Amino acid sequence: MDFSRSFALVAPELLLTATGLLLLLVAAWGGDKQARPIAILAVTALFGAGFLLVPGLHSGVEGVDTFAFGGLMAIDSFALFAKALIYLAAIGALVVAPAFFNSDAAGAERGLRAEFSVLVVFAVLGMSIMVSASDLLTLYLGLELNSLAAYVLASILRQDQRSAEAGLKYFVLGALASGILLYGMSLLYGFTGTTDFDGLRVALSGELSTGQLFGLIFVLAGLAFKVAAVPFHMWTPDVYEGAPTPVTAFFATAPKVAAVALTARVVFEVFGGQVAAWQQIVMFTALASIVFGALGAIGQDNLKRLLAYSSINNIGFILLGLAVANAAGASAMLVYLFIYVAMSLGSFVALLMLRGDDGDLFETFADIRGLAVTQPAIAWSLLFLMFSLAGIPPLLGFYSKFVVFQATVEAGLVAFAAIAIAASVIGAFYYIKFVKVMFFDDPVGVVTGKSGAAHWTVLFVTVVIISPLGYLLTPSLTDLADKAAAALFVAV
Amino acid sequence: MIGIEHYLVVGAILFVLGVLGIFLNRKNVIVILMAVELILLAVNINLVAFSAFMDDLVGQVFAMMVLTVAAAEAAIGLAILVIYYRGRGTIAVDDVNRMKG
Repeated sequence: MDFSRSFALVAPELLLTATGLLLLLVAAWGGDKQARPIAILAVTALFGAGFLLVPGLHSGVEGVDTFAFGGLMAIDSFALFAKALIYLAAIGALVVAPAFFNSDAAGAERGLRAEFSVLVVFAVLGMSIMVSASDLLTLYLGLELNSLAAYVLASILRQDQRSAEAGLKYFVLGALASGILLYGMSLLYGFTGTTDFDGLRVALSGELSTGQLFGLIFVLAGLAFKVAAVPFHMWTPDVYEGAPTPVTAFFATAPKVAAVALTARVVFEVFGGQVAAWQQIVMFTALASIVFGALGAIGQDNLKRLLAYSSINNIGFILLGLAVANAAGASAMLVYLFIYVAMSLGSFVALLMLRGDDGDLFETFADIRGLAVTQPAIAWSLLFLMFSLAGIPPLLGFYSKFVVFQATVEAGLVAFAAIAIAASVIGAFYYIKFVKVMFFDDPVGVVTGKSGAAHWTVLFVTVVIISPLGYLLTPSLTDLADKAAAALFVAV
Repeated sequence: MIGIEHYLVVGAILFVLGVLGIFLNRKNVIVILMAVELILLAVNINLVAFSAFMDDLVGQVFAMMVLTVAAAEAAIGLAILVIYYRGRGTIAVDDVNRMKG
């Protein structure tokens, strides 16, 4: 394998690396005054990296040709699909940030910090490496690059106590998760003698030894932490509530895509010969996430916390597609992931547009009473987003749940699909409560804070995607997801 | 004669101590940072021991990478701890409770 071809394959990552380092220098010399140009350049670079993916995404690439650097990275359709989604989510979270930080936000600190966009670029670079990982070493380095940038992003509002606490909690539990994952990887390496995904699959194809089984369990536990699935979800509500809302919008979308894609690659490529061993674990995690995500959200008063539980619930459905353990399930998972990103990004952007005279964020149910009267556009957008999250037809959120249930039922796992459907009915309660409070309660707080054009644009785009118009997208989306899922199963 | 299993037992003990240090510790957050380092060192013992016994260099390369990342992680952890202390004036674990639910 010659090096120039490897470099051509990782062109998006190279672009992001160069941009990140360059912007870091600009930020170091220019200070916070350069924050806006840095944000614009970062968004441009993410768009550029996205365009580099387009050719491979459409033609569908898989197999040995896609390995770069002697099998350390795999740039196949699956990685390209996940990267495209990650870049889009990061662009969405990045364009809403300047208007949020520059307005009169609560807290002493005002203004977008120069390093914010740089950190987002590095986090995206880490995710990009994660989803392409084809070796335990690449996996670890990508994951850590993403996590280290994310810890700082969570605590970016230094003077806000909640933001600092969110950063601290995220750091401690994230480091613990990395440690557990790493311990599992060391066991896998020791009991198979290789760190290469293909080599691992061959070595793990027979009867699992005790050491290998422990390795599998530790690796899956570490990954469950990263995707925030039950029973490793306890950090999510605190971090989502404490982090500034644009950062929460970022955490709820791009890193989720990366962690889910990474989990899919690990279970299909590393543990491809041990489906029976991991399927029950993933299935349990999926159903537990769906049920606990739905039940945990009911008592919540803080809207960001509620959406955190909603994301745990959605991750459950995504993992349900994964637990089906065939190409149809993986494709359904990717379709769900795309629609989840649109819904999640839209909901958080709508939330960060709600603020009062003094710049205080409207974060609780009491604050959004009668929003339909004071801010009809935002209230109607939230109505669409909430009904879509609840899976009510004809919105696109229904389609995403439908494809996952279809894949589950076709694989003969009817009982599991039934549990998931029952739990999603429970989940509908708090989404509908959201709408009830906005439309039928007497108005209290008046949203006066101005929202930037960027906010309206992102909100509009996401609402159009999840509206019935989004069904026009589904044929090409399904096509891309099928190609991506097929790439995972080439070697199996 | 010291075999691979002795190294693995030491690694497992350190790992468990690290995890317990995070969950049972009620004193302060610095101890948690030390526990995280302990976990990573346990992993390094595993990696280097496997690498030496299998005559395979990959494990040692992996250990170097883990060391590097651990250094960056400690730096970021301490930085977050400093801004947390500035805001709250305490680093006791029991006081990390501004958000609940």
